[in-house]
Amino acid sequence: MPHVTAETAVRPGRSARADLAPEPGRGFGLPAAGFLAPFLLLYLLFIIGPAIYGLIMSFFDTSAVKPGLSSFAGFGNYTEALQSGDFWSSLWHTMWFTILTTPPLILIAFVLALLADRVKKGRWFFRLAFFAPYILPSAVVALIWIWLYTPGLGLIEAGLGQIGITAPNWLGDPGWAMPSLALTTVWWTLGFNFVLYLAGLQEIPRDLYEASAMDGASPWQQIRSITIPMLARTTTLVAVLQVIASLKVFDQMYMMTAGGPNFATRSILQYVYDEGFTNFRIGYASAVSMLFFLVVLAVSAVWFALVRRQERGL
Amino acid sequence: MSIETRVKLFNRICAGVLIAFALLWLVPLLWALDTALKPNAETTRTSWLIEDPTLGAFGRTLRETDILNWFGSSLFISTLSAAGAVLTGSLAAYALSRMRFRYRNAIFWFVLAGIMIPGQVLIVPQFREMDSLGLLNTFWAVSLPQIPTAIAVFIFKQFFDGLPKELEEVARMDGAGFLRIYRRIIMPLARPAVAAVAIFTFVSSWNDLLWPLLVLSNPDIMTVPVGLATVQGSFGIRYADTMASAILGAIPLVAVFLLFQRNIVEGIAGSGLKG
Repeated sequence: MPHVTAETAVRPGRSARADLAPEPGRGFGLPAAGFLAPFLLLYLLFIIGPAIYGLIMSFFDTSAVKPGLSSFAGFGNYTEALQSGDFWSSLWHTMWFTILTTPPLILIAFVLALLADRVKKGRWFFRLAFFAPYILPSAVVALIWIWLYTPGLGLIEAGLGQIGITAPNWLGDPGWAMPSLALTTVWWTLGFNFVLYLAGLQEIPRDLYEASAMDGASPWQQIRSITIPMLARTTTLVAVLQVIASLKVFDQMYMMTAGGPNFATRSILQYVYDEGFTNFRIGYASAVSMLFFLVVLAVSAVWFALVRRQERGL
Repeated sequence: MSIETRVKLFNRICAGVLIAFALLWLVPLLWALDTALKPNAETTRTSWLIEDPTLGAFGRTLRETDILNWFGSSLFISTLSAAGAVLTGSLAAYALSRMRFRYRNAIFWFVLAGIMIPGQVLIVPQFREMDSLGLLNTFWAVSLPQIPTAIAVFIFKQFFDGLPKELEEVARMDGAGFLRIYRRIIMPLARPAVAAVAIFTFVSSWNDLLWPLLVLSNPDIMTVPVGLATVQGSFGIRYADTMASAILGAIPLVAVFLLFQRNIVEGIAGSGLKG
């Protein structure tokens, strides 16, 4: 379009930016709508829509075997859940799993990243070893670990036997089942936190270490007074992502213990699954989902508060 | 001991501990491979030694299960989800990053809110929706909810915001429309973001268990994780076969990992630095 070129040549003062960003209201309404439409349409249909539908169902006695919403229940589903022993025990199992997995997944990942940061050669090997399990489907991980835990034949039992330790019945003992699932999960997902920490470590300026080494600081002192404080933000991120991921646990239990023995490992999501898809009480299952959503939101809110405080502190 | 030798010694110890852990981490994978190379009868002796190594377990898994079908389903579903997430996410992010229109901020926050909603919370209403749309037991039922990922819009917008505007301005003066700029200038520059979103959507779609388990019951179109979950029961004590199926199920993702290791690791690290 020669017209445009001529005009810009005549009026060089007119900034090109104005071309891209006309005053609001008059702007690129139509093209913007076209660009946004595919995403927003699917987003409304398959995320926001179901979220609202789920919220509505949670106030009804909706059943999977009957059409429609069925009769209005008010807060009935919520009070029933809050008074149900099964609800609280499955929520507790989820919490217990979170408590068992979060500290080792943060601590071990931190220590290993710290070690890997000091080693100059062969980093690809450590990344491969720690991160490769993370990429595997939960189903593959479960099959491998069921075999490792198999009573009488499992590798872990045999290994412990050689050093004179009698192994428990890992997945069959109600007291050991959850720690066993936690151990599997630590092996499976450690690589993710490891990579996050390794990236955080590489952000720390090297001269901080050099300066403190000049002052005669030992490696241990450096870790305590430089590394740990400098990684505070990474740790907050790792911790919150970890807690949220652990709260959403379902696959390991579904595959490895089916929530047993005697419901000792039934997680809150499996409770939703059981109530909604086995007992067909989808109104009630929706209410439990909403309560679970509130727990996840609360964790995220705590995270925001922590990040805010850290940023003010810096 | 001088400081230098002390530091050297310390680094040696670090390397030793690290190598020990890395080997420990590889044991489960190596044990699975070891078991899969044994005949089923030999798996009752817990030993690394394979007396009669065989690929029989792999052959039986390929013959007796629908694993090749599962590969096909998973590949189709994950590709569809990844392509959909890249396309819809980048288009929306381009509008949010470069265009001015009413309610832009409101729409951006509305999309961001989606990051807070865990997909698992929506399984009950989504299942009913798919049921009433008649989509149960189709690839669409699995893929459609995986396409609109709020985090993809966020990643693309971050990336686009960081791109210089000059190139586009020149193109606009030459009369290029938004779609042309998006296709010819923005997307070719956005390769790292495309790689990150595509790989992560692909992997998480491939690995998802709960949702495809609910909507797929037909063995012909099951995904790999759902198929493996059903195999677990039917193989019983045929441990070599079970491990062979686990390894076969893992191969495509191990390949993805080896091919895109850098993109994956940098993608995760990037999210950490942003947070």
